Amino acid sequence: MVENRPWADLLAHAILILGVVVVAFPLYVTFVASTLTYDQVINVPMPLIPGDQLFENYAKVLSSGSEKGSHAAVLPMLLNSFTMAMGVAIGKIAISIVSAFAIVYFRFPLRNFFFWMIFVTLMLPIEVRIIPTFKVAADLGLLNSYAGLILPLIASATATFLFRQFYLTIPDELAEAARIDGAGPLRFFWDVLLPLSKTNIAALFVILFILGWNQYLWPLLITSEESMYTVVIGIKRMFAGGDATTEWNLVMATAMLALLPPALVVVLMQKWFVKGLVETEK
Amino acid sequence: MAEIVLRDVQKSYTQEVRVIHGVSVTIADGEFIVIVGPSGCGKSTLLRMIAGLETITAGEISIAGRVVNEVEPKDRNIAMVFQNYALYPHMTVYENMSYGLRIRRLAPAEIRERVERAAKILELGQFLERKPRELSGGQRQRVAMGRAIVREPAAFLFDEPLSNLDAKLRVQMRLEIQKLHRRLATTSIFVTHDQVEAMTLADRMIVMNAGVAEQVGRPIDVYDDPASLFVAGFIGSPAMNFLSGKRAGDDIELAGGVRVALPAELRAVAPEAVMVGVRPEHLVAQGTGPAFRFTVEMVEALGADALVHGPFGAGTLIARLEGHTSARVGDTLERHAIPGRLYFFDGASGRRLRPARP
Repeated sequence: MVENRPWADLLAHAILILGVVVVAFPLYVTFVASTLTYDQVINVPMPLIPGDQLFENYAKVLSSGSEKGSHAAVLPMLLNSFTMAMGVAIGKIAISIVSAFAIVYFRFPLRNFFFWMIFVTLMLPIEVRIIPTFKVAADLGLLNSYAGLILPLIASATATFLFRQFYLTIPDELAEAARIDGAGPLRFFWDVLLPLSKTNIAALFVILFILGWNQYLWPLLITSEESMYTVVIGIKRMFAGGDATTEWNLVMATAMLALLPPALVVVLMQKWFVKGLVETEK
Repeated sequence: MAEIVLRDVQKSYTQEVRVIHGVSVTIADGEFIVIVGPSGCGKSTLLRMIAGLETITAGEISIAGRVVNEVEPKDRNIAMVFQNYALYPHMTVYENMSYGLRIRRLAPAEIRERVERAAKILELGQFLERKPRELSGGQRQRVAMGRAIVREPAAFLFDEPLSNLDAKLRVQMRLEIQKLHRRLATTSIFVTHDQVEAMTLADRMIVMNAGVAEQVGRPIDVYDDPASLFVAGFIGSPAMNFLSGKRAGDDIELAGGVRVALPAELRAVAPEAVMVGVRPEHLVAQGTGPAFRFTVEMVEALGADALVHGPFGAGTLIARLEGHTSARVGDTLERHAIPGRLYFFDGASGRRLRPARP
């Protein structure tokens, strides 16, 4: 807006600041709690000034977990989560980019039927098909393995659809020029489509990495050994059972740790794909 | 370098949808052929069939003596320039031009030499490291041509390569293509809907209409001696004037009340309904030919000449006058058709009336 209306400006700022506070406050509480001692954190009300236990709490969860809940160290969980998130993101992109390539650039019988088959699975989130998927994974001996964590999540109708839509915007003449230049389908894919998809891949990677990292229900089912826990599961397992009270300071420290990698991916990749969005290459 | 032969080439998508109804033409080695026609006449389809991007329903296409109906585009030894250039956006000019050569695994030194030679011809030397988006439309067009040149193909295929350029650049690129063809003397097929491009570039042109090659010939022959009403109306700007007439003995009685004598050799073949055509530039101030009187309705002063429009019969008559004409709107003008520059067409089929062969 270019009008000069001080009251409107003030109101707009007030609403925006309120919004930021609403979003940021829980994060702040999480951070503060992760820097307190056990005694401080179970006090009501909990102090809102950061304490002095920052390094102690984080070192403790990273190496040996909590005392009253799960004793598993968080560092291996972070690595498990990272492996899973990378596996899911890269796997989904790899599979969907070639599926979209096949659907857009090849004429084969039942092409539309297959596209719709893929499209229809958009309607079936993991939770809906989780029991049969678990049965299949268990029968294949995938429990407590990275393959079990990653494989069932690796097909992506959404990503296939996005790549398909992107390919449809690439002029046909580009494929024809490549044909006349002597490039076969794979060569065209590798030399032309893949470089043009760079920005889409970057954007999808961010989304899919976070999706993989935040998986809760599936890792909860497929893993029973502590060594295969992902960090999101780890948080849940730290809740003490029975009469014992939960060590919220340690749980919050784990939560902070679980929060960092996705945030980092967003911050690091953001520049990359905003740049890509501005410089359209078509 | 190669001769390209089309033998009764047809294309249909279904039984009903037929887009090319059998085109036969022999294109000599080194010839520059322009396929011209209105949009939807099948000219681009025909070119894409020669390129191998569309299948051939019936007939035969051969390049350099080899039937290529079932040959992949890359093995036809042709290069194509597209209307929207179709440059690879993520590659530099150098990479764009050398891509086909790299795929064919030429020696790097050879590739560099060919690209640099083409870049020199096209004055692209300083842009080799740029991406297509950093170039102007004309430069992109030159890169697209460069990509074709470096391949040293048997034939160049141009698919309306100039239609995305502005008017001034179009004229300039037209001259460059002409120069290029003189220099390389590679068989070229050029598709356009612009009759000026066709007239200026072509050694011979193919005028297409609704999937049929209406006439094949040198531009000046097509202009002087059109085979049909369609060709006569399509080639020449402004278009030829057409006046419908009825036979009255050895004359044709035109809708505007003028009688035109039917040439003796056509008397035997002329049907009842005849269409008479006369080009605007063949309506002159004085002469012995039939006179057309009309009231000036509009004057288009183009500088070098002026186009005068006026109602005549059921339609409009256009005459080309000298640039500084004194004719004003409302004046009555009398122009004479140059004898021998009147064209007679069959009113029903649109075919040109030709003397019966003895």
